[in-house]
Order: sequence, then structure tokens, then C-alpha cells
Amino acid sequence: MTEKVGVYVCHCGSNIAGTVDVEDVAHWAAEKLGHQGVIIAREYKFMCSSLGQELIEKDIKELGLTRVVVAACSPHLHEKTFRIAAKNAGLNPYLVELASIREQVSWVHSDKVVATAKAKAVVSGAVSRAIQNAPLEELKVPINSNTLVVGGGIAGIQSALEIANAGFHVYLVEREPSIGGHMAQFDKTFPTLDCSACILTPRMVEAGTHPNITLLTWSEVTNVAGYVGNFHVTIKKKARFINEELCTGCGICQEKCPKKVIDDVYEAGLGYRKAVYTPFAQAVPNFPVMDKDNCTYFEKGTCKACEKFCPTGAIDFNQQDELLHIDVGNIVLATGYDLFDARRVSNYGYGRLPNVFTSLEFERLSNAAGPTNGNIVLRDGKTAPKSVGIIHCVGSRDRNFNNYCSVICCMQGLKFAHLVHERTGATVYNFYIDMRTAYKAYDEFYQRVLEEGTLFVRGKVAEVTDAARYSNEKGKLIIQTEDTLAGKQRRIPVDMVILSSGLQPRHDAKEVGKLFGISCSMDGWFTEKHPKLDPVATMTEGIYIVGCAQGPKDIPSSVAQGAAASARVLDKILQKEVALEPIKATVNKEMCSGCRICNGLCPFNAIGFLADDNVSEINPALCQGCGTCVAACPAGAISGTGFSNEQIIAQIDGLLMRNLEPA
Amino acid sequence: MTDHNFEPTIIGFTCNWCSYRASDLAGTARMKYAPNVRLIRLMCSGRLDPTFVLRALSEGADGVMITGCHPGECHYIEQNYKALRRFLLLRRVLTGLGIEPERVKLVWASAAEGARFASETTAFVEEIRKLGPLNWGKDEGERRKDEEGNKNSSFIIQPSSFEKEVPA
Repeated sequence: MTEKVGVYVCHCGSNIAGTVDVEDVAHWAAEKLGHQGVIIAREYKFMCSSLGQELIEKDIKELGLTRVVVAACSPHLHEKTFRIAAKNAGLNPYLVELASIREQVSWVHSDKVVATAKAKAVVSGAVSRAIQNAPLEELKVPINSNTLVVGGGIAGIQSALEIANAGFHVYLVEREPSIGGHMAQFDKTFPTLDCSACILTPRMVEAGTHPNITLLTWSEVTNVAGYVGNFHVTIKKKARFINEELCTGCGICQEKCPKKVIDDVYEAGLGYRKAVYTPFAQAVPNFPVMDKDNCTYFEKGTCKACEKFCPTGAIDFNQQDELLHIDVGNIVLATGYDLFDARRVSNYGYGRLPNVFTSLEFERLSNAAGPTNGNIVLRDGKTAPKSVGIIHCVGSRDRNFNNYCSVICCMQGLKFAHLVHERTGATVYNFYIDMRTAYKAYDEFYQRVLEEGTLFVRGKVAEVTDAARYSNEKGKLIIQTEDTLAGKQRRIPVDMVILSSGLQPRHDAKEVGKLFGISCSMDGWFTEKHPKLDPVATMTEGIYIVGCAQGPKDIPSSVAQGAAASARVLDKILQKEVALEPIKATVNKEMCSGCRICNGLCPFNAIGFLADDNVSEINPALCQGCGTCVAACPAGAISGTGFSNEQIIAQIDGLLMRNLEPA
Repeated sequence: MTDHNFEPTIIGFTCNWCSYRASDLAGTARMKYAPNVRLIRLMCSGRLDPTFVLRALSEGADGVMITGCHPGECHYIEQNYKALRRFLLLRRVLTGLGIEPERVKLVWASAAEGARFASETTAFVEEIRKLGPLNWGKDEGERRKDEEGNKNSSFIIQPSSFEKEVPA
């Protein structure tokens, strides 16, 4: 053995040392693995501290170490730290190997003897593997300075604007006809009660007119290929049947269109739109879209009222879907949320009892630009309610539906209480499990609503029914609930019930995740790289998640995340090039028999066949390093850097203690 | 037949993107599970060469756990299906070699499923405990003796043959 290996065992305070006898592991490694080349084994309180790193750097320089094994936390945490330390000391970073004895040992086992024995095996495996490690060089590729932002809600708009203002180009893709997202549907925003449209629309206009932003509404991403710095994206621009060059957004087509359609996206099913429409007056861009499924011309072949009246001749019934191919360096996903479908909680009667409303319906009802011009009325369209019950946690914090807290519903419920009280003077009841108002100025808003005289009942509502038992319940909706503070059952008759529905992942979040190569949590939200320290990055480099796509959150947090992701994107762009992990497969042409088994296995089309030489060849820029071809090659002609057969076999032997000093 | 004193040794091959992170998550959440499985991180379950499993069994492992992303969730699009194919074939090969195919288990676990990783690990350890030791990986001296006695048999998996995977 010619390698000189240094083994460093971390205490991680008591995180490791509390369950693993770290001194014993270090002594054991020096003694039993000495013949393998371990010339020094140390233990230290915190290897990742600067002192710990200096220790390694000093040993590399003074003892001439050629391999470093750090037994500490998971490689996903500190592999980079120690690789950089090695690099600083002049050792190729890929000659460092991490043995995870925290996540995989000390934190999951309780018996110190057993844990120490397992830690030794893990260290032994890492030492054997490290000896087989080869020095690797990172592949540097230039970064495309364009960015794709998917989703034009407030988070996506913020993200796009930050990047565009820094001077780089952004493609902002939105699948609805206008940007704005859910925020455009709201009337007031908590806790300040500023008008949602008043603060949002300037941002929308800025995004719509920014010279660095290409706005692609009524469009969807259909394919993503490539890797960080060099993504190739295909976008389907759905036919609007409107020539955007000619359209002035005058709105005459909408006025003249004879076909009324229930608007279940923007108006949450409470109002109508035409078959050719802009979803709302301040839509950006202001071009209408034609709803092909409902247009009389597309249904029956006659009508064309819009075409007749359009002053600029912008209506184009022959327009086709268009596929756009763009190249971008980074992608920000701001795809938002779906509202929990309140029909699923059948005992609350939504969809069956007309005067049960969802939170989004109430937003439209209270919105001055909404179907009732902001009049809070019952489903009949005229009667103002005299009493209103607001039920919290609908579909959230409920084992039958979603376990998580949807974060915004308490404040939303309080906002509704305030609006109902202010505009109708009705008696308002809030039914809550716990009141969660944890953010700047939120609890003050709760106090304000309390002082306004809203009544609060603590308890999970069992049922909303119209079956009256007593004379005062006739014609009312009765909320049956346990009042846990009073310790008794209550029946409260009201005119209107508002369900403060929770948020849930987009119905197609999983497919979208697959498209962009990122994963979803158990609940279906996109998974961030680290829940605390890296909340906007994902496991796939160059792809970021912001806003409710990552988990339920309010407007301030969505905006903060949108901006945070932009900082990450700009950081990447300004570096001009990105280092790719040098984990790649290569074909040894001398040994390749040209059987082409590997060709069909690669999902990235990285393996080509050179017919003249009768051998296969791998394109390193396309290879993602999964290693499937390496495992499949019957001739052993493909080798995979970083995870070679030699490394893995050595690790197996090491883990099974086949590499110990013979007694 | 269950030998309660028998502590199986198991090698686990995990995917970098899902199950290795699931094991990280189990750690972060301090979930306790059986300590018998020693993990090897691969970039993808598709990297798993079946000879790795045979190597592990021949060098003393009593069982091998292979973990990957759920079908349809592979980080590399579909390579976990290739792992599944190899796993199914490998079980037949093991049967042919006279080894209980249950000694090799395939588990799908996403990065969010720390609890699943922990419970599947513990369950597998119990299954192997019931099967008893494999006794395939004997110590060096014994194996040499065996190998000499079986020189004519081409059926024995000779660990040395792995090292010479690449013909000169």
C-alpha cells in the first residue's frame, strides 16, 4: 500500500460522541487499518469548525496524506466543506471520503457498544473506498444568463423583477391568460388591510413592460432538458386566437361576445365571463384569450361577432398552438397552490348547502370588482347575512385530509370577520382549534378583531346542517360544535358559513416536479434542499422553488422567497461558469465490443454509437452520472468516475471488515 | 428456528437522491432502527451491478437491501426500473445458487420517507434473523481450503474473479 490515509473522527459535540465512543473508533482505525495505509487517526470536537479543517490541512501538508477520511455527518452536509479544505492544502478534493456516523449511526441507534461497532465498520468501508478514489477535475461549463420563471403569481413576479432589474433576461411563463395569481383575486390583504389590487397591479405592469422580461401567458412548459447553466426548455404557447401585434386591448370583442360562461377560475364560480375574455380589468397582458371549448364559432361554425366588431382585425380563428424553444441557465418554479376542495369535508355541506362559501368565493364576494361589487350577500344575490360563522382549519390539521397547518387560514378567517363586521354589521363567530397569528403585526390584528366584537368559539366544528330542531333555527344554517373552553356542545344558527379552506399542492405538482427533475414531500409540496438553511434551492442544481409551491405561506414570505431565489440565480449568473460534478461514465474503446446494450439504457441520449469503429461513446456534457450503463456493460468496458467498481467493491469489503490487519 | 442471539450483517445500497436522504432524514428525526445495515451510497439504484450483491453475500453479509426512488420518481427519469429488472433476475440467480432469494430485498423510499426507511430496515433485519446466518463468507483460511477442494467446480463464486474484471 502506497497511500497515506488520515482518519478524522468528529464528536459533533455530543451528537456523535454521546452514542459512539469516538476515541475508541480513532484508536481502532489507527491500529486495525494501519496496514491499509492509515498513518494517522484523530478525533476532534467539531471537525467542520475552522480549527478542525486546519487540523486536516496541516496533516495533509506535514504528513503528506494522499487520502482523507472524515467520519462525521452525512456527506450531503459537509462533503463540500472537507473537499475545499483538502483543496486548500493541495490535495485533490475527490480524494476525501466522508463516513456518515451521525445520521446513519449515532442518531438512529441508542446502544453505545453496538453504535461504536457500526461506526468502525462504516469507517473501515470509507477507508477502503478512499484508497480506490481517483483524483477528479470538475467540468466547467458556461452559464446561460437567461432565466425561466414558471408561474406569474406574486412570488414569480417578484423573482422575475429582481433578476430583470439586475440586467438579465427573464422568461416569465404563466398558464392562465394573465399574471397576478391568487393575489389578484383578493380584496384586502391582512394584517394591514391594504387593497390587494392596489399593491399588486403596479408590480404586474412593471413585469409586463420590463425590457428584460419576456412575458409568456396562456403558455405551459412541456419539456426540460439539460442541466444547470444550460437548460433547453420547450414552451407551448397556446393559441389565443388573437393577434397580439394588432390587439389594443380595447375590450370590444368581450362586450360583443354573446356567449356567457361561468368563470370558475378567477371568479371562483360566482360570476360569468364571456367566451372571449380577459380575466379581470387590470390583466397583464391586456390581450383577451378565446376559450375554444365554449366559443360558439368553434362549436357551431357561425357567430364571429368578435371578428366583425374588432376595430383592428386582431381576431384570428386560424391561430395554432406554438412551440417555443428557449435556452436558460436557471429556473425558478413559482407554481403556487390549489385551494383545498371543501366538498371533501361533506359534513360542512359545501356544494349542498347554498350559503356555505369557500374562502376564495368570499374573497370574490367582498371584492369591489367582484360579481356583487363587493356586497356581502347570500347565494340569492340580495340578502345581507345577519349572522356569519367562519370555520377555521378546513382540510388542514386534520388526519382525514391534510396533516399540515396551512399557515394563512387563521389570519384569513380574522380578515373575513373584520370585513363582514365592517360591511354588514352582522354577528360573526370564528370557530377555531388554535389561533395562529405568529408574524409581524398579526397578533395585533387578532386583538383588533376581538375588540370589534367578533365572537370566538374554540372547538372543531362537527357539522353544518339546515335541519332545524328549534324555532330559532328555522331557515338557518346550524353549526354544531363543541365549545372546548365552556366544556359543552353548542348549536349556533347563522345565515352564512365561510370555510377557511386550507392550501394544497397543485393537482399536477407531481408531474411538474418530474418535468423539472425535483421531488415532492409526503404532502406533495416541492422539496427544498434544506428545510432551514436552503429553503429556495432544490436537489437539482439550477432549479429553485418559491412561494406556495414550496409549502403554504403568506404574501410577505412568498415575496421574500421570490427575492431570495433571484439572489441565488444572480449569484450563479455572475460566476459566469458552473462547475459540474465530475461523476461521469466513459467507454474504454479498446474493450467495447459494440454490442450497444448501453445505448438504449441511457435516458439522456448521452451514449452514441460510432458505426465506423463499432464502439459506443458517451457525451460527457449529456451524461448525468447515474451509472446504469456502467452496471450493464457485459464487457466491463464502461467505467464510472466517483463510483467505480473498484471503489464500491472495496467499500463492500471494508464494511464487512474484510480489510483488517490479520491477527 | 429463530436464533435471537444471531445479529445479521446487512449491506444496503442506497440511491443518493431518495433513500440515502431518507436515511439522513431518519437520522435528523432521531428515529431508532436496527443497527445491522451498513449503507453504501450510489448515485442511482440503476448503478447497482448485481455482482455487488453477490460480492457482499460472499464476503460475509447475511442479506442485502437495495433501495431506490419510487417508480416514476427516479432522479434519472427511469433507471430504478432497470434496478427492478436486475433485482428480479438476481433473485432467480440466487435461487439457482441455493440461496434464499428473500435475502435480497428491494425497497422504494423517497427522500421524504425517513420513517419508511427506518421501519423497512428493522423489518428486513427481522426477516434475515429468521432466515439465520448465510455462512457464505467464511474466513480467509477456511475459504482457501474450500476453494482448493473445489478446484474443479466452476460453480463457486470466486471473490478474486471480481478483482480481475478487466481482462489484461
